[in-house]
Amino acid sequence: MLPIREGLIVAGILFTLGVVGVLVRRNVLFVLMSIEVMLNAAGLAFVVAGTRWRQPDGQVVFLFILAMAAAEVSVGLALVLELYHQYKALDTDAISRMRG
Amino acid sequence: MLQLLWLIPAIPFAGALLLMVFGPRLRSKAVAAVGVGTIAASAIISLLVAAAFLSAPPAANAYTQTLWTWIDAGGFHPEIAFYLDALSLVMIVVVTFVSFLIHLYSTEFMRGDEGYSRFFAYMNLFVASMVTLLLADNLLLLYLGWEGVGLCSYLLIGFWYQDPANGRAGQKAFIVTRVGDTAMAVGLFLLFHSLGTLRIQDLMHAAQNHWAAGSPYAIAAAALLLGGAVGKSAQLPLQTWLPDAMAGPTPTSALIHAATMVTAGVYLIARTHVLFELAPPIQFAVAVVGAATLLLAGFSALTQSDLKRVLAYSTVSQIGYMFLALGVGAWGAAIFHFMTHAFFKALLFLAAGIVIEALHHEHDIFRMGGLRKELPVAFWTFLIGGCALAGLPLITAGFYSKDLILWSAANSRAGSAGLWGVGIAGVVLTSLYTFRLIFVVFFGQASTPVSRRPGAAMLIPAYVLAFLSIVGGFDKAPFAAFMATALPALPELSRGITEAMSSAAAGAAFLAGILIAWYVYLRNPAASRSLVANPAGRLLHRFWFADWGMDWLYDRLFVRPVVWMAAANKGDVIDSIYDGLARAAALCYRVLSLTETGKLRWYAAWIAGGSVVMVAIVVFL
Amino acid sequence: MTILFYTASAVAIAATILMLTRLHAVHALLYLIVSLLAVAVIFYDLGAPFVAALEVIIYAGAIMVLFVFVVMLLNLGAEAARAERSLLTPSMWIGPTVLAVILLAEFVWLLVHGSTPPTAVAGIGPAEVGMALFGRYVIGVELASMLLLGGLVGAYHLGWRKSANTEVSRASHP
Repeated sequence: MLPIREGLIVAGILFTLGVVGVLVRRNVLFVLMSIEVMLNAAGLAFVVAGTRWRQPDGQVVFLFILAMAAAEVSVGLALVLELYHQYKALDTDAISRMRG
Repeated sequence: MLQLLWLIPAIPFAGALLLMVFGPRLRSKAVAAVGVGTIAASAIISLLVAAAFLSAPPAANAYTQTLWTWIDAGGFHPEIAFYLDALSLVMIVVVTFVSFLIHLYSTEFMRGDEGYSRFFAYMNLFVASMVTLLLADNLLLLYLGWEGVGLCSYLLIGFWYQDPANGRAGQKAFIVTRVGDTAMAVGLFLLFHSLGTLRIQDLMHAAQNHWAAGSPYAIAAAALLLGGAVGKSAQLPLQTWLPDAMAGPTPTSALIHAATMVTAGVYLIARTHVLFELAPPIQFAVAVVGAATLLLAGFSALTQSDLKRVLAYSTVSQIGYMFLALGVGAWGAAIFHFMTHAFFKALLFLAAGIVIEALHHEHDIFRMGGLRKELPVAFWTFLIGGCALAGLPLITAGFYSKDLILWSAANSRAGSAGLWGVGIAGVVLTSLYTFRLIFVVFFGQASTPVSRRPGAAMLIPAYVLAFLSIVGGFDKAPFAAFMATALPALPELSRGITEAMSSAAAGAAFLAGILIAWYVYLRNPAASRSLVANPAGRLLHRFWFADWGMDWLYDRLFVRPVVWMAAANKGDVIDSIYDGLARAAALCYRVLSLTETGKLRWYAAWIAGGSVVMVAIVVFL
Repeated sequence: MTILFYTASAVAIAATILMLTRLHAVHALLYLIVSLLAVAVIFYDLGAPFVAALEVIIYAGAIMVLFVFVVMLLNLGAEAARAERSLLTPSMWIGPTVLAVILLAEFVWLLVHGSTPPTAVAGIGPAEVGMALFGRYVIGVELASMLLLGGLVGAYHLGWRKSANTEVSRASHP
């Protein structure tokens, strides 16, 4: 008896934890990490759904999410390095020049 | 020959257009030729038409010439049509002929003025509008002419527009007459609504058939038309504009504000006499207005020091006589007085123009003097005109016409001895102020030297008008017979005042006026000063000088509240609604731009919050 | 099997919470890796061994390692940790927590009131996934590869610009 509903609830909890992390932490690295958590939780939900319907599509989508997360992280971290090079700080609140 | 009728207004109108478009490019001789030529042609044609009309009168003594249908909307189709009967014939002959003389005069008077072509354009347009007014077959076309003359009056009063005072005088004239014009427009609406047509002859028949004497509709319509006439003819209470209108050039004052435009009101009442006969209270009001105005203006004229203002008040007073005649039912007498008044008033203004030009634009009579020897032409013409105005017995036209009015006032069913008495008092006043003017200007010591003598163009019209002022009254009987073909006769009621008595009284009044003027101004100049020196005299003098305080009254009553309201609404209440919309949008913009903090976490928070709300809506609603 | 599932999910949630509250970036990363591994266990429990392996290899193995490299490059020391402490005041947690709780509540409500799922019997193996991936979703594979190419080029470009003055770059780009 596979835990479908519980699996989805776990995915939801992980997702909300990721949201909290994005909103609370000011360090850019922590924000990116929280985004990874959110992506992972979404992937978990997909896989659970695929299992429920007895189809491989859930896992296929998880694969795509994984590929996307990898691309996003590589570019994002390059940007973080660039940001640190320019502003000597990783505080997102301090980097608010697009104000107005 | 009668088919040439339409040319009488058309030729001056074409002349006006020509001068407006090409005027600045033409040489002044060409401008004068066009300006005077069109009016000469108009005058000649009107004389020919008159000859044809008199020799072979058309059926029912009226001739209608329809040009085209002007408006065709529902049941309303006024036409451009001209109606010729005794009334309009007399008026157009007088108007075109006097206009021709004045145009000739102005070729020399206005020489050297940089608005030469503009002047003749406006004057031609004026004559075209006036003739349209007089010949109009329906009240709408009459109103067109009415407005046209009002426009030209405004343009010509403010002719020398570089001086803002002239513009203000023009505005005052236009606005005050506008009050009357609005009343007249409402009257036209009422007439059309009740009787379904504006063609004057049909209107008169319909009114007689549908409205009983004293019906409220008739009273309302007549009262509204009276309002219009009062405005245009500068009678009480709308007479305040005419003295200020003297800011315009003297030929304008002669033509518009003495001989022609100001008599449009008289014409209107005479033309719609059926309505006034159906509304006896209003007809009585006409007489009362005329009587009151002739006295009021007479007193005001006694105190004026500007030469043209005296003549302006004199015009107001004489039109009061015409209104008095209309009010007692002496329609023909009013037109007769119009004709003689046109002659001698135009003459007086032309002579005044000669004096003013000669003294290099001096208007104050107390700075003139002793011009009897310097300007003999001006003296004799002014004297003839003045005697005609005051009513020198037997040899002046003015005597006959004024005498007829006085006798009609006494012997009409609608008249009274009181009105006759007022008329006689008016004769005293008229004689008094006229000879005051003559004695002060032409007798005594010379004050200002003469710099310019008049030329032929200014003298010939003066001579012609002087001649007419003398002989114009001798045709009283044939004139009355002719007018009877178009206007009803006087409903007579003898009150014991015979014609001989009335003439004698008028002659006595005339002499009384001259004697008082001679005593106060020639024999004993100190007397005039002592009259003004005592407090009551000074008060009266100031009161009459300010036109019985009416200007002051209107200023307090109307002008100041309107100006105050305009100033209070400077922020424009209506506009601020639209402005408020724009300001509200700007406010929203400023509020929303506060959310652009540039902080990542805030944006993420808004996204999270938004998604929470959206999910809630989808799930729970 | 269910006990395995509940344990693994508890570990994952606890590790994530701990990750959020750390001051040191490296500590947080390590907790995150633990969370990911726990999720991999959940995948295996659900009968999806292929994605469990992928989770470990790619997510925990490659992506997190990338994070660790960057943290090392940034050389965040003790002062950074102290700065973090000053930024993480308790009042900062209230708003986001409330928002997240509402979101979670909605989610749970939806699940509870939804239809009861059938109890699945067996899992889905890699062969099935492979056939679906290269059968029906082959276009997605191509697109994912283009995405990765874009990420590669972008990261390379951004990284090269930063070290424009080093000898390495001058040598490779004459």
